[in-house]
Amino acid sequence: MNIIVNGISHQLSSDQHETILSTYLREELKLTGSKIGCGVGVCGSCTVLVEGRALRSCKLKLKDLDGKSILTIEGIHGSEGGIHPIQQAFIDVGAIQCGFCTPGMVLSAYALLLSNPHPMREEIRQAIKGNLCRCTGYQQIVDAIELAASRM
Amino acid sequence: MKPATAFRNDALAKVTGRAKYTDDLELPGQLHATVVHSPHARAEIISIDVSLALQAPGIVAVFTAKDVPGKIRFGQIIQDYPVLTDKQINSTGDVIALIVGSTREAALAARNLVKLEVKELHPLLDPEEAIREGAPLVHDWHGSNICNTHHIRSGDPDLGERESTHILEAEFITQRIEHAYLEPEAALCNLRPDGVMEVYGSMQHPFSTRRFVANTLGLPLADVEVKTIPMGGGFGGKDDTAALVCARAALCAYLLNRPVKLIYSREMSFRESYKRHPYKITYRLGLDDDGLIRFVKVRILADGGAYCSVTPWVTWRSTVQCCGCYQVPHVHCDTYGVYTNNVFSGAMRGFGSPQVNFAIEQLIEMAGEKLGLDEISIRRKNMLHQGSTTITGQVLDTHIVSLKQVMDRVLDQINYSEKRKQCSFGKGEGELYGIGFAISYRGMSLGAEGVDLNSAILNVQPDGSVLLETGIHENGQGSESAMILIAAEELGLPRESIRYRLPSTSNIPDGGTTVASRGTIMGGGAVVNAAGILKKLITEALLKHHPQYSVLPSDTTLVFADKLISTADRSIQVSWLEAIRLCFANQIYPYAFGVFQAPNVSWDEETGQGNAYFTWVYGCQAVELKVEPRSGKITLTNLVAAHDVGKAINPELVKGQFYGGMAMASGYALLEDCRVDKGMVVPSNFHNYHLARATDLPEMTAIIIENPDPNSPSKAKGIGEPTNELMAPAIANALYHATGKRCFKLPLKA
Repeated sequence: MNIIVNGISHQLSSDQHETILSTYLREELKLTGSKIGCGVGVCGSCTVLVEGRALRSCKLKLKDLDGKSILTIEGIHGSEGGIHPIQQAFIDVGAIQCGFCTPGMVLSAYALLLSNPHPMREEIRQAIKGNLCRCTGYQQIVDAIELAASRM
Repeated sequence: MKPATAFRNDALAKVTGRAKYTDDLELPGQLHATVVHSPHARAEIISIDVSLALQAPGIVAVFTAKDVPGKIRFGQIIQDYPVLTDKQINSTGDVIALIVGSTREAALAARNLVKLEVKELHPLLDPEEAIREGAPLVHDWHGSNICNTHHIRSGDPDLGERESTHILEAEFITQRIEHAYLEPEAALCNLRPDGVMEVYGSMQHPFSTRRFVANTLGLPLADVEVKTIPMGGGFGGKDDTAALVCARAALCAYLLNRPVKLIYSREMSFRESYKRHPYKITYRLGLDDDGLIRFVKVRILADGGAYCSVTPWVTWRSTVQCCGCYQVPHVHCDTYGVYTNNVFSGAMRGFGSPQVNFAIEQLIEMAGEKLGLDEISIRRKNMLHQGSTTITGQVLDTHIVSLKQVMDRVLDQINYSEKRKQCSFGKGEGELYGIGFAISYRGMSLGAEGVDLNSAILNVQPDGSVLLETGIHENGQGSESAMILIAAEELGLPRESIRYRLPSTSNIPDGGTTVASRGTIMGGGAVVNAAGILKKLITEALLKHHPQYSVLPSDTTLVFADKLISTADRSIQVSWLEAIRLCFANQIYPYAFGVFQAPNVSWDEETGQGNAYFTWVYGCQAVELKVEPRSGKITLTNLVAAHDVGKAINPELVKGQFYGGMAMASGYALLEDCRVDKGMVVPSNFHNYHLARATDLPEMTAIIIENPDPNSPSKAKGIGEPTNELMAPAIANALYHATGKRCFKLPLKA
């Protein structure tokens, strides 16, 4: 069994089958950008992309991810290196406060813009519905995703 | 599209996932601790048997109260809060044992193996029952279940009664809510070889955390160093509980001489952490025929739960602001903070104002209606204005009183008067429509409830770069960025020249807690004052040692701008770097320590009179909503806020405070309810405690009003809490205009 994380393939041993993806990412691969806010798949802080879909890594077991491609916040970058336009837009409009939800938000936005490059604000709200933010009231996050879409 | 103007020094680290929060850190040889909570709300401990737990695989140690080398109990006001419970259990959030394992999983798995034998006692769960004569005491040594009281005795309420032709009486009930910071409590502690206990943790008060840790370990403050790192939100909630979580990790690290990490699950956080106080507020208010309020009598009952925390301070603000932003000649207020066996209550963004505003901002509209006055006229007649005297006898003449300005601005922006005519009042077919608003004034910073000062260090390096540190903590609000911008402006440097240094309690003096919307006003004031000292020092060095400047009079004032230091007419100028080099070459450190001491405040506990706060802020928020009559479903469609911030240091981040405050308060109004059952917190995680999601909220408009405040060296005031104290009454008023029904209880139901 293997999984591909940010383009790198990792072999998995049989005793890792039951391991939760977020635990594997944070503790084995030291990719700590995926945060644990609830542990039950309802806050979105641990969001990663699995084959381009935004999913909660705290709800996934490695055995269900054989051969799958995972993208975490550490694997996001711009077309010529540097940060991705979504990340730049988050910085520019002030969409970041405590930052704990930010990686998950960026990844949900990334998945949205893959399938819908020019979403309406209501569609953006739907796409980040699974990501809780207690600081921002989401207003500037929606602004950021809209701005990123216009720049991409 | 918005211009790109936001500034955050930590934005890149956070948006790339590189920012390291407590659980992202690792120390060599670290162990993992977890907590065992009490299953009872009130009980006497007979025995705690940890022998089975100790035998479990991967378990290194199990600690109970008897292992605490220092004091078991601590607290910011009353020392009643145990790091580990020894004799009497007072709440289901009490921790009876700490389990330390080689892995987190091992520690968690052993939690059920700690055997607790108790004598169960009848828990006190209702504050009214708790203050009844003869009720058993939550804390025998306190002698009463009344934790604290506050009073206001101004004017003559009996005369007020006689002067009144219209009387209103109403009772308001507000619920307990959870802070719901997205990062649960966390700590990583390490006893350094030099004997200093080093603490990394998710908390918003490093100095309070240091006191909790030192108290638990029996160490002097100098032997505990709390270093602050990114933390996932606080909202007032990462003070006492967060500090005790750090103290528990430190206890394990101290006893084992190994680094120990203690990370709370969301379930543990819900169970143990303090909440916003539930209030019962009973008003009697009288007006004359002109619509002027003559008197207010109010009784405020706050459920403080099992431990004091900051209940006396929270209820003090409620007392000072119990009549909202209105002039009332005769006031009689009695406020009680009450001990019960419920989960305890403490600081939360708003700090006693969301509760009283929910009441008074409805009551003022009810009064208007009774007199045939609309909600704008009744407020205009009674609101505070320039030179008014507050109910505590404070004259508002040291800053611009912008209450009318903020209200008019919001009403204009949302087109209130036109839209008000479209309100349904429960009539018509299908969806109901309502619009509503609320206004407030708010005392800035701690006021007479605490000693209020802060400091800043500016330490210029030989290459001209600047290290900045203040006694203010970065909770996510952007305080470091604001401090950098203030320093940059004062010194005439680009912000890139200024590095906010990783703050440490061993370097900067205790500046109090980063609460009370005091970060920008207090820390910013200290930065301005430090910059003033630094500029004076550099000016003196130039006048003494620089050939061109030394011919100038010794009282010459130089201008610091654009990386240059110049005479007023710009005829002589020197670069910042050249001036710094000159300082070092002449044995002068370009280093300054600046302090901002809040101006004098005063308070008389007997009469509740005095200058409660050194300055005030003013705000107004309005909301439009729809109600589906059959289901009662309430949908917010528009939110508008205007707040006077004095001066907006970092406008996009100021707006972020507006939006976040309105969102959180919308949840308070409609979604959130942290119920307790037999003392136990019922919600356990975000599947059964509902926070506002992106789809629950409409588009919002933030209007920044700037009236520079002469009491604040940076001219800025605070904004974190004012934004979070108005939406509940605004929504309640809009709901009334939609349905024709007044709601006296939170959360609101249509």
